[in-house]
Amino acid sequence: MTEQYIFRIRRFDPEKDTAPRWDEFRLEMDPAQRVLDGLITIKDESDGSLTFRRSCAHGVCGSCAMKINGRNGLACQTLIKDVPLAGDSTIVLEPLPALPVIKDLVVDMEPFFAKNQEVAPYLINKETPPERERLQSPEDQQKILQSITCIMCGSCTSSCPSFWADKEYLGPSALLKAYRFIFDTRDRAVDERLESVTRLHGLWRCHSVFNCVEVCPKEIDITGHIAKLKRLAVKKKLG
Amino acid sequence: MTHDFDTLVIGAGLAGLRAAIEASRHGSVAVITKLYPTRSHSGAAQGGIGAALGNEEPDSPEWHFYDTTKGSDFLGDQDVIQVMCEDAIRTIVELEHLGVPFSRTPEGKIAQRRFGGHTREFGAAPVRRACYSADRTGHAILFALYEQSELQGVTFFPEFQVLDIVIENGRCSGAIALHLKTGELHVFIARATLVASGGYGRIFKTTSNAIASTGDCLSILFNRGIPLEDMEFFQFHPTGLYGLGILITEGARGEGGILLNDKGERFMERYAPTIKDLAPRDMVSRAIMTEIREGRGIGGRDYVHLDLRHVDRKIIEERLPEISTFCKIYMGIDPGEKPIPVLPTAHYAMGGVPTDVDGRVLKDEKGAVVEGLYAAGECACVSVHGANRLGCNSLLDTVVFGRRAGMAIGSFIKQADKGTIAAGEVDTVKDGIDALLNRKNGEQAGAVRSAFQALMMDKCSVYRNEADLADLIQELRPYRERAGRLGIKDKGKTFNTELLEAIELGHLINLGEAIAGSALQREESRGAHSREDYPGRDDNAWLKHTFAFKTERGIDFRFKPVTVTRFQPVERKY
Repeated sequence: MTEQYIFRIRRFDPEKDTAPRWDEFRLEMDPAQRVLDGLITIKDESDGSLTFRRSCAHGVCGSCAMKINGRNGLACQTLIKDVPLAGDSTIVLEPLPALPVIKDLVVDMEPFFAKNQEVAPYLINKETPPERERLQSPEDQQKILQSITCIMCGSCTSSCPSFWADKEYLGPSALLKAYRFIFDTRDRAVDERLESVTRLHGLWRCHSVFNCVEVCPKEIDITGHIAKLKRLAVKKKLG
Repeated sequence: MTHDFDTLVIGAGLAGLRAAIEASRHGSVAVITKLYPTRSHSGAAQGGIGAALGNEEPDSPEWHFYDTTKGSDFLGDQDVIQVMCEDAIRTIVELEHLGVPFSRTPEGKIAQRRFGGHTREFGAAPVRRACYSADRTGHAILFALYEQSELQGVTFFPEFQVLDIVIENGRCSGAIALHLKTGELHVFIARATLVASGGYGRIFKTTSNAIASTGDCLSILFNRGIPLEDMEFFQFHPTGLYGLGILITEGARGEGGILLNDKGERFMERYAPTIKDLAPRDMVSRAIMTEIREGRGIGGRDYVHLDLRHVDRKIIEERLPEISTFCKIYMGIDPGEKPIPVLPTAHYAMGGVPTDVDGRVLKDEKGAVVEGLYAAGECACVSVHGANRLGCNSLLDTVVFGRRAGMAIGSFIKQADKGTIAAGEVDTVKDGIDALLNRKNGEQAGAVRSAFQALMMDKCSVYRNEADLADLIQELRPYRERAGRLGIKDKGKTFNTELLEAIELGHLINLGEAIAGSALQREESRGAHSREDYPGRDDNAWLKHTFAFKTERGIDFRFKPVTVTRFQPVERKY
């Protein structure tokens, strides 16, 4: 069973366009198909120049994050029937906001990935490792369980008003990454990382708007994690 | 632009990153990837990584060695299987130290679960050997290895598409790649080059593989005269989500899930009475296809049910959260309440570029090496998987042999001079791109690709026969020609993914020809290669590896004996 949909897509080719333009494509689709299926059909059958990222096609790689009817999400994880339609079966697709557009739906992710580098995003432990695994109780692992599921798609940071206002702000994704290592019982660089996240454009720029939580395709309570970081930072300062 | 590094790694999945970490202890390392590093397909691996840690119940590397050999239908080389299984425990402990967040036992050790073909005491009963991080094991390891590579000072070149790997006079000197963002060609000169570019499941219509898994570098090496080993062995994973091919991990059966046909029968009892639903993948895939062919698919349709309704909901939530989400999003099914419709999906290439135990690429079946060229991971065939790979051995393969290749590179670059890449090589690549872009009219890649994938699925998937394979080989010729006549609407340099897809299509068809040709050669049934016209395994004639060489006349085939050290081939029963 198929229905008619209109894919309204924001286009921009830096070699041709001085400003973004909009293109519309009419598609027959099964409502149980993915938004990504529509994009692939357009690229395969009508306009090969339509440019977007994609790879795993089931929500684990994070390539196809984009703005879908006003809300950031993964095109491969959003079924047509789940897109809140404006009544006229139109699906509006735009690149992730607040990141430089390279072409059509492809944004430059470098500024986003660069934020992660600022929080020392790796396990640091210079003690001589034991013969076998370092023990970690299931309860201790529970603390980092959500944070390790982040796929770095960029949906959260690019939906954050604090990031829109201050491009130097670390943003929800990098703060979540800091949390992931600060709360890992095996890590030994908590103080250094806390220092890097509590600086001027860090933790305190989070005003708990919850946009990040709303758009996260992995349903991570990012604001909640940032709140725990804030509590730890205050505690360390007082102590 | 020209870059100069001691080591060039192509591919940023588990094998490439593990090798990069190792090689970076000995010199400068560049990693190029056509995606971002954290987006490599390794990140989609769900169920686990195998190692006889014995954390949950007694286990031994020797049993792991036996299971892998038997699982491979005795086509795996036992000397390298032994190396992998004996190195497994050290490997997992090291990954844990690097930060991988494995799931834990109540005592805080790495937790382990059951998986297909993992047994204790040489096949007596299932054993808990799969180390896991819920059902996101690949993701957990990929991120840790990427993070540690960054810490080691590895230089990353994301979104660079490799267009050629330069080999002259038996020596590899680096690669030529397209920077997607700018459309500029970059030349990477290195003392050692490691190809870790992953699999090529996109040859088939229904696959668990990422859209980026198109086997570009294997195809490039094939064109450069490097043979491809055991290409006829392509694994179908029994439980792909119906219609989509998205993987439902074997861990689901490891945690107690069972397969049911239309009559509600647990049909695996008939095919593998000892370990039932935890039989190896080739056997379960054939069992499902047989049930469907004999009319016992659900409602007479072409799928069966994977039933988790009897599994404790807490276990589903804690250990299988990701696949529960997939079922809910894509099928509208809560696996705790309804069975999951599944069908075998193209999953893993056992074949690839032949290497020795230290990742050196072999240029023939006699063992001559290409100086300065290494390979590891799914694109490589060190032959630990033989005719059928056991679940959890792919991740183990990537990290064990990625590390070994990195160590071998470390000693090689100490004494190796740098090669050169002549301007003529770059011009040839540039001319190829220009010719593609300058063509006025032609088909779009998408239509040709879909028809090609459907054809491969139809004639060369779980079951094969001579008539189909001979037809397929004939039919692939026009596809090669169509792929050579594609038109590209996008003439720009910036992020030209239309150009990229046209190039990838050529590679897919090139590898399709190698698979079809190799499958026609092998007149027996073994592991994932199941010939209806030769239903039995024939150890007298076929206990050997297939080497396909691309020549001007077509594909030449030569063969190499299997290394048998410990376990003599016997009939495979479970």
